[in-house]
Amino acid sequence: MKSRRPFLMAALVALSALPMLAHAQAALDEIMSKKVINIAIPTDFPPYGYVGTDLKPQGLDIDMANYIGTKLGVKVELVPVTSANRIAYLQTKKADLVISTLGKNPDREKVIDFTAAYSPFFQAVFASKGLPIKSAADLAGKTVGVTRGAIEDLELTKIAPPTADIKRFEDNNATVSAFVSGQVQVIATGASVAGNMMARNPALGTEYKFVLKDSPNFIGVAKGEDKLRLKVNEIIAQAKASGDLDKMATKWLGRPAGDLPN
Amino acid sequence: MVALDFGAVLVQWPALLRGAAFTLGLTAVSAVLGGIVGVACGWARAWGPPWLARLVGVYVELIRNTPFIVQLFFIFFGLPSLGVKLTPELASVIAMVVNLGAYAAEIVRAGIENTPRGQLEAARSLAMNELQVFTRVVLPPALGRVWPAMVSQIVIVMLGSAVCGQIAAQELSYAANLIASRNFRGFESYLIATAIYLGLAIFIRQLLNWAGPRFIFGRVATR
Repeated sequence: MKSRRPFLMAALVALSALPMLAHAQAALDEIMSKKVINIAIPTDFPPYGYVGTDLKPQGLDIDMANYIGTKLGVKVELVPVTSANRIAYLQTKKADLVISTLGKNPDREKVIDFTAAYSPFFQAVFASKGLPIKSAADLAGKTVGVTRGAIEDLELTKIAPPTADIKRFEDNNATVSAFVSGQVQVIATGASVAGNMMARNPALGTEYKFVLKDSPNFIGVAKGEDKLRLKVNEIIAQAKASGDLDKMATKWLGRPAGDLPN
Repeated sequence: MVALDFGAVLVQWPALLRGAAFTLGLTAVSAVLGGIVGVACGWARAWGPPWLARLVGVYVELIRNTPFIVQLFFIFFGLPSLGVKLTPELASVIAMVVNLGAYAAEIVRAGIENTPRGQLEAARSLAMNELQVFTRVVLPPALGRVWPAMVSQIVIVMLGSAVCGQIAAQELSYAANLIASRNFRGFESYLIATAIYLGLAIFIRQLLNWAGPRFIFGRVATR
């Protein structure tokens, strides 16, 4: 009899831990039973998420949210968030997933979990289709517009050949104006700014040339929701294999998703 | 209290020097061309045919009642829609010439209109033609009378050129902005830029006050 005591204790401990465990892993089951998933999306960050002329959110992140909803076979409730409060929405269970151009870093990993990357975010060089530019060396002798002090400015300054004429502007608006009006031949900027610019000025025939810095986006899930995380990872892996991720990135950012980290 | 580090900014002195030289060059070209525009427009408004006086009036009022940065952005970002593409440097010079020209026109006109009637009658009675009367009898003392105002306006335009950095003309404030955005030493960068602007302004004022009576309008009694 004596020997059964530790076993009993262990069973008790395991039993008492069960509800907690079940709770931590409950998100996916809850989504499937309610047939609704709450997904936090940006509405102030074109082309990833913004409000269109019909006042409905649209963008790459919204497409991705709907894509995941379709694959799960549930209804998607979009929850607009800002970059400052998106993690709080996840922590307080106001959202099951955050698809909001979320970059992965060690500080964030302490409070939430990340799925595989689903879309690229990058600073890159863009120019008209007629301009043959494949690498930094091809910028020689060209005028390049960039926003002073931005990440792309620092990266560009490192790699641009000395004969490249880098024109630094005060803010993204001035940089984009300079490019759109033809004052600079090439623009180095973030994917978001470039995507928006290309959508509004299709006549320019602007295309992606080469990347300056990659910082892909991940989907955030609440800490410990491994079942949901693995399910979303599965969907992302399938979307990657079927080319759906590439299609989405090409539609909104003008370049394929490319090789995204898991 | 944040520790100040002027060394981090001063180590960039070649950039600051280039910026200051650029600002000075921009001002020199604009002052010469703007001065010529000002004299021509001042003549047109005071003595020219009515249609020309009215036309110049429109130009003067348009420029004097709109912000310089808007004029600059119109030339740099707006004109390309009409097929006119200018480099930041050229756009800056044009904006400054157009701006200074308008203000100088009013300054010069004030000088011309204050020419004593007797001086004009004397010149005409010597059988000088109208061009000679204007260039030899009216203009030199007129410029002498308004020279201090003219010098001030040139200094104002020099200080105003700080906004040309917004269209990537690499003048002094562009250099200061760039340094501040690289090492985040905003206070030090702008304080040094301020000191350089002050030095430039005093230099330009002294130079023009010295050069004016010697080379521009001769030694004339201004009163």
